[in-house]
Amino acid sequence: MLTLRNLTCGYGRTPVVHDVNLDVGTDQVVAVMGHNGAGKTTLLRAVVGLLPAMTGTIELDGRDLTRTPTHRRIAHGMAYVPQGQQCFAHLTAGENLRLVADGRKHGKTLIDEQLDRFPALRPLQNRQAGLLSGGQRQQLAIARALITEPRLLILDEPTEGIQPNVVAEIEAAIVDLARSGLSVLLVEQHLGFALQAAAQYAVLRSGRVASHGATGAGARERVREAMAI
Amino acid sequence: MDLLVGQLFTGLSTGSILLLAALGLSLTFGQMGVINMAHGEFIMAGCYTAYVVQQIAGDAGVSLLIALPLGFAVGGAMGLVLEALLIRHLYHRPLDTLLVTFGVGLILQQVARDVFGAPAVNVSVPPALRGGVDLLGVTVPKTRLFIMGLAIVAVTAVALVLRFTPAGRRIRAVVGNRDLAETAGISSRAVDAGTFFIGSGLAGVAGVALTLIGSTSPTTGQSYLVDAFLVVVAGGLGRIKGAVVAAVALGATQAVFETYSTASLAKVGVFIVIVVFLQLRPQGLFTLRTRSLA
Ligand SMILES: Nc1ncnc2c1ncn2[C@@H]1O[C@H](COP(=O)(O)OP(=O)(O)OP(=O)(O)O)[C@@H](O)[C@H]1O
Ligand SMILES: [Mg+2]
Repeated sequence: MLTLRNLTCGYGRTPVVHDVNLDVGTDQVVAVMGHNGAGKTTLLRAVVGLLPAMTGTIELDGRDLTRTPTHRRIAHGMAYVPQGQQCFAHLTAGENLRLVADGRKHGKTLIDEQLDRFPALRPLQNRQAGLLSGGQRQQLAIARALITEPRLLILDEPTEGIQPNVVAEIEAAIVDLARSGLSVLLVEQHLGFALQAAAQYAVLRSGRVASHGATGAGARERVREAMAI
Repeated sequence: MDLLVGQLFTGLSTGSILLLAALGLSLTFGQMGVINMAHGEFIMAGCYTAYVVQQIAGDAGVSLLIALPLGFAVGGAMGLVLEALLIRHLYHRPLDTLLVTFGVGLILQQVARDVFGAPAVNVSVPPALRGGVDLLGVTVPKTRLFIMGLAIVAVTAVALVLRFTPAGRRIRAVVGNRDLAETAGISSRAVDAGTFFIGSGLAGVAGVALTLIGSTSPTTGQSYLVDAFLVVVAGGLGRIKGAVVAAVALGATQAVFETYSTASLAKVGVFIVIVVFLQLRPQGLFTLRTRSLA
């Protein structure tokens, strides 16, 4: 599915993420962990093309997307939910979804499917998205990503700063999506959920992969050790 | 009473001319943040489009009907070329954009001088729009009424497109958050080009309309540029509603000042009013209201 080889990226001329190799298999959930500022968001931004790769390659199903603009990567099956519950604040919640459904076959059905997944969004269709709560905006962001019918869903700390009962809903949705055959690249600070949802993990430390492997027995200790400074 | 109605009308009329000139700019500058100093020359291109069409078609009414959409196409095409060749490479560099487009404006003026000559040319007004109508005891020129109507149609069309069409949603999305729009599968470059096409096309339409009330020379557009920028800034960047109110308010202010002084003093008066207003309310008349900054 997704293959990163020797990926280095950063801001301006300063690399922040160095030489990352990472694979996300078909139907697989891979969790990326690491402290604040370790480079998790930077890595994801490079994967979707919002930051250029300085060196290395990004492949999706064997197709080299390293130099492909972001909107083309989305068309090839990536979807990205950025950190911080981002939405188009000046558009209504409904418009946030229609924006992505426009021009797709069965656009209405796609929106409906996501409203069934996140019923809380249904009555908020005409509300300006910038006025929604953090949890609602995050659900909106995930719904928006799923309307593009991705094969690989990339999530950056989807439950960060969200109240506990909504966290449970979002986590349930992620587990459900993974079961339904979607590949997921998940940046997650909560060890518990990351190890439970993912088959593979990688720990970033100062922009390098400090540890990676399967999430089975002993993984928790290896992650803890890799995170400790 | 008559004086009041007369002034009110003059204000509305001046306001609608300003609005037509500023509407395109409210997209390219207000929404996209591009300072296009050649916007006035796109207006000028619209004026000469009307002139050329009339030279070929002859009949003033028919040529006006042809010139309006053609002016849109000519202005839009010039905007597309400018965007693709220069502006696209200068996003986030406002000073460079200003200088480059200023240069392009001068070049376009020179081209107009070479092709059409420096002296002003006139486009004849269709018979149906000659003369005036009596409104509340005041005689109002039909050309002015036509321009008001055109301004209303153009503003409504732009507002409806932005609000209700997929293209309008994409424009608002890219303006709101470019990166997020890309991750929503939208080509922000294509949207930029499209927005610039529409904004520049509207300048062309304004130019065609202006030939009904004045003559055309290579510097015609330039004289509207500052006013147009003022309207957009005073109205609040990116707010069509703000541009409408600002244009009418500016038109009325100018009309009032002109009654008591001269045209150039009126300009000074308007300028002072705007400067004071922007001191009090730097964000313009209307602003976007949101909870998150995302
Ligand atoms: N736009 C930027 N320009 C320059 N440096 C940046 C920029 N964004 C992030 N950085 C730097 O890159 C490094 C990695 O940041 P990044 O956002 O990728 O961390 P993160 O692992 O996602 O952290 P968090 O857990 O807080 O989200 C940090 O040192 C940060 O200061
Ligand atoms: Mg981050």
